[in-house]
Amino acid sequence: MAKVSRSPWLLHYDGSSCNGCDIEVLACLTPVYDAERLGIINTGDPMQADIFLITGGINTQNQAVVKQLYDQMPRPKVVVAVGVCACTGGIFKECYNILGGADTVIPVDIYVPGCAARPQAIIDGIVKAVALFQQRSEEHDRLVKEGGKGAAVNG
Amino acid sequence: MGKRSVIPFGPQHPVLPEPIHLDLVVEDEKVVEAIPSVGFVHRGLESLVTKKDFNTMAYVAERTCGICSFMHGMGYCECVENMMGVEVPIRAKFLRTIWSEMSRVHSHLLWLGLLADGFGHENLFYQCWRIRERILDMLEMTTGGRCIFSVNQVGGVLKDIPDDMLKSIEEAITDIEAELKVVQKTLLYDYTVKSRLCGVGILTKEQAHDLGTVGPFMRASGIKSDMRLRGYDAYPYLDFEPITSDDCDCYARCDVRTREIFQAIDLIRQAIAKMPSETDLAVQVKDKPSGEYFMRVEQPRGEAVYYTKGNGSMFLDRMRIRTPTFANLPGLCETLKGADLADVGLLVITIDPCVSCTER
Amino acid sequence: MDNKCPENVLEVIQTSELLVKVMEKKKQGLRLAQACAAVTEGHTQLSYSFANDEDFGLTTLRIVLEDNEEVPSITEIIPYAFFYENEMKELFGVNIKMINLDYNNKLYRIEEDTPFLPKGKEEA
Repeated sequence: MAKVSRSPWLLHYDGSSCNGCDIEVLACLTPVYDAERLGIINTGDPMQADIFLITGGINTQNQAVVKQLYDQMPRPKVVVAVGVCACTGGIFKECYNILGGADTVIPVDIYVPGCAARPQAIIDGIVKAVALFQQRSEEHDRLVKEGGKGAAVNG
Repeated sequence: MGKRSVIPFGPQHPVLPEPIHLDLVVEDEKVVEAIPSVGFVHRGLESLVTKKDFNTMAYVAERTCGICSFMHGMGYCECVENMMGVEVPIRAKFLRTIWSEMSRVHSHLLWLGLLADGFGHENLFYQCWRIRERILDMLEMTTGGRCIFSVNQVGGVLKDIPDDMLKSIEEAITDIEAELKVVQKTLLYDYTVKSRLCGVGILTKEQAHDLGTVGPFMRASGIKSDMRLRGYDAYPYLDFEPITSDDCDCYARCDVRTREIFQAIDLIRQAIAKMPSETDLAVQVKDKPSGEYFMRVEQPRGEAVYYTKGNGSMFLDRMRIRTPTFANLPGLCETLKGADLADVGLLVITIDPCVSCTER
Repeated sequence: MDNKCPENVLEVIQTSELLVKVMEKKKQGLRLAQACAAVTEGHTQLSYSFANDEDFGLTTLRIVLEDNEEVPSITEIIPYAFFYENEMKELFGVNIKMINLDYNNKLYRIEEDTPFLPKGKEEA
């Protein structure tokens, strides 16, 4: 990523995580790790968000919630799965109520490993997401300019 | 009488880091009734006992919740140890106490930050979390993890804290104490904070008892009870009194938790000073568990009950964790009755909800 | 150390005695610390633990159920027990009658019925 020309907003949702990754995501946004220096800002509103940060696996009840949050986000969007539970289901994979990682309901672009994921790893994931978002936005803008088919890209 | 309507609160909500859903029956601006519905984080963790043996379950128990992870691992291990009649070496008991109290400091600071964020004091939120990083550094230095430590095993602990690390812990908690005193001035005596918290969400002493609340939520309503007085781990060797307040409101809960941080810092100091010189960290556990036991420990959020039942094989029959938030939810619903709609977010935060614990 | 708390006590009782015993505990000023179910040797057993916040004792009432036996709800006496009872009902399929706030097996809203019962033993 050579230069940042956009400031994506970030939405965080806790799937069925144990909280470990959640507090690390929050710790990332507070002074010591300060991910906001990358130009992102944390928001609680899916309609204004560009990057979807999801922690924890998918269970039968939050399946619909995650899908809805994803659908409410405007295109283009980037999804980051934080922690091993969001990646694959992790230690809870064998539990009766867990369907698997975040990619069982929505397309995931970036996987951040760790149990709990370390702030450094999360920041790394966010940097990758910012770069990907920039790339997708440019593509989106180009397609819109060419013929208003922007809605066709990036699902 | 105004018109009644139902407002859904959550699961995704700006004040909540975790998903919980409340159906609020409101009359104009006043909440008449709140019906909680849980299950967004339900994983079925307790059912893993049939798939993982009792030693491995210590790591699963730890992942009940990432905030009080150490205490969950410890509670489970102590429950199994008691069930099997294993006596843990004295140094392991002291180490567990130190890590427990460090977890308490980190959890309460986290909560104070979230509370500040809940009533709109962004700066205070950042300050609390900045101070908290210091204790996380110490936890990382001694255990290797920031959230999940994995230092408990059935029979003792896996890692020792050498003397030089004990020294740096002492230095760190002295710094934290000094910094917290500065933040405390705003947190407890600032006019804006007081006007937001005082007299909001009253839960009387009788109600607190009748609804079975636990932990700081209960102590802020004037009930003097603390599971640490039961005398598990190294607590019988340490000197402390439960912290209570008679105000019964949100301010009292904030006050109790702030003072508990200072208490926890004092307990760490005492434990370091009385650290025994024995070097044994764990005893070998060769038997297979049978029998059953109820174990209670005081977590940052209150009393947690662990129940394990063995059947003489490597796999337990049942493990059950009753977490503090589970016991505090009826109390929360009571405080919500008659509250202003604008205070709902704040009230939910003051019980220090840990949804991931509650639903397991 | 002298402030050792009393050992845990376990009282095995009949289902019909449950409400009377729970009433007794409530009158003694005890707090319901937890209630849970477990399956052992083909039988479901329920445990209701009462904590004394003064001397830190813990008394557990235990009932062992026959197949599909009906259990009275204790929410009439201890209203906040509804969470525990709903949990037993949903995860273990315990037949509890008259819960004051009955979620009708929709507390956790899981898809699998009674996941904690051993396989092949589910009620038809």
